[in-house]
Amino acid sequence: MYLLLSILIGVLFTTGIYMVLRRSIVKLVIGLALLTHAANLLIFVAGRVNTPIPPIIGKGEDSLIPPFADPIPQALILTAIVISFGLTAFAIVLIKRTYKQTGTEDLDDLNTTDKIDKL
Amino acid sequence: MIEFLIILPVIIPFFTGAILIATMKSREISRTISLASAFLLLVSSLVLFAVVWISGIKVLYVGSWKAPFGISFIADVFSVSMLIMTAVMLITVTIYSFSSIDSGREKYGFWVFLQFMIMGVCGSFLTGDIFNLFVWFEVMLMSSFVLIALGNEKFQLEGAIKYVTINVISSVLFLSAVGILYGMTGSLNMADLAGKIKLVGNNYLINIAALFFLTSFGIKAAIFPLFFWLPASYPTPPIPVTAIFSALLTKVGVYALIRVFTLVFTTDVSFTHGIILALAGLTMVTGVLGAAAQFEFRRILAFHIVSQIGYLLLGLGLFTINGLSATVFFFFHIMLAKTNLFFISGIVNRIYGTYDLNKLGGIYKNHPFISIMFMISAGSLAGIPPFPGFWAKLFVIKAAFESHYYFLGAVAIIVSILTLYSMLKIWNEAFWKKNEYHYAKQEKLTHRFGWYAPVIVISVLMLLLSVFPEHIYLVAQKASEQIINSAEYIKIVIGK
Repeated sequence: MYLLLSILIGVLFTTGIYMVLRRSIVKLVIGLALLTHAANLLIFVAGRVNTPIPPIIGKGEDSLIPPFADPIPQALILTAIVISFGLTAFAIVLIKRTYKQTGTEDLDDLNTTDKIDKL
Repeated sequence: MIEFLIILPVIIPFFTGAILIATMKSREISRTISLASAFLLLVSSLVLFAVVWISGIKVLYVGSWKAPFGISFIADVFSVSMLIMTAVMLITVTIYSFSSIDSGREKYGFWVFLQFMIMGVCGSFLTGDIFNLFVWFEVMLMSSFVLIALGNEKFQLEGAIKYVTINVISSVLFLSAVGILYGMTGSLNMADLAGKIKLVGNNYLINIAALFFLTSFGIKAAIFPLFFWLPASYPTPPIPVTAIFSALLTKVGVYALIRVFTLVFTTDVSFTHGIILALAGLTMVTGVLGAAAQFEFRRILAFHIVSQIGYLLLGLGLFTINGLSATVFFFFHIMLAKTNLFFISGIVNRIYGTYDLNKLGGIYKNHPFISIMFMISAGSLAGIPPFPGFWAKLFVIKAAFESHYYFLGAVAIIVSILTLYSMLKIWNEAFWKKNEYHYAKQEKLTHRFGWYAPVIVISVLMLLLSVFPEHIYLVAQKASEQIINSAEYIKIVIGK
């Protein structure tokens, strides 16, 4: 299970970075979305995937008895998913505006701010 | 009551932003509310500072969940003095925006997102929880994305794409680092992590997590070799946005680095802090060399942001009380000087219609007052006595020599001279040179109060800083003592 998930995370990171390095701005956004997924899964694995038993203190006990599932990583991932959702939505609007304004979807053409004598 | 004071710097911008959404269509009301809230933020930070100064570190447990379990907000001298600087910067930028932001941007939420960004900045300064820090970063970044793209100009959108991409990647790295750290220790509270990380035992794993954090915060702080996005995106939005970005956002990155690398990752100092020292030197040099090649007012200043970040890092890398005091003092100086220089570049552009040094000229003859204001900030940036930058650099270099890093101290001095060269280039080209390009327009400055008042206020603050450096240094020293004596901090937060 760990091995499978680890490989999946690796694949998501590589495809994400590959897409970010493409010249099309649409692929850039897809790459960013893949990267955030990879990070979310990484938290999931780092928080251990061992048992489906919920962390609830039973009757007559005064503390948790292992094994129990750790709820924190899931809370973290939920927060991170919402944030990446917002980021992706913003990025999509941004690339649409950029395309309308500059008329190109090639990242290599968006280099005027790097030129010394421009601006 | 004291607990309430700690959360106020987050609550004030939050509610102001919410109210401003309702009043977005009315410029007058939005402006009044924004300015009033900025002053309220300053007052509340000053009161909090007085409390923390007298009675030590204060903690707020959100929802009364005790330290390792819930989110805690921590006010120490360092974080609260940063809050005061944030409030001062917000006030000046707000006043400057009155005359320099166009009505279109105002109507489409400039004030709203300015407030939400400040909320994110204040939250990042106060939080004691590493995941909560990520959330505040996102609040801050999301608002800054909107601010940088607001207005839809071609350059702005180009800059925004670069800015958004690099920041999302940095957030992904941050999130991965949090995941790895949680997997190792099972905790997210920074004070708790400080103790638990020593039990991990596997130094390689800890160092990997540390480098993840260094890369992620390094992108946000624009350190070498991760700074390239800054000169490409910062000069694109209107000047008030550039000014508040340069004053706060990169500094939040450095702040996060200081917090993480003095509290959590102190197990292998020779490795982690050695890397930070090397990066500090390289950041200083590349930033200043990049600036030397530029001939555009804002871009020169943008490269100098990078260069100055190196000085801030140097103090952290030394990891001594004097080094960190120097860094804290440098924070005060650099926030003031940098913002002021951007303000002045905005005024120059308003009068002459260009930022290009080749086309500018003769400002000293026509506007001697603004030239003197420029000289104060530029002299401070270059570290000429008696300006505050001299003291800031003196403290940094002295701390480097005390720790026997003679080479880095020498680099800091050389970079300082190169900074002077850059500033003199602007001075010669824009202020002293005869204006041969008669086509450069000259407009009369309207709304003079809005343009000049922030510049005058910051210049006066800088002069105060240069006349009374020992008082401010006392604050910096106390802040750095609290940072270095992390045992005390942990005891107060965890409560044992």
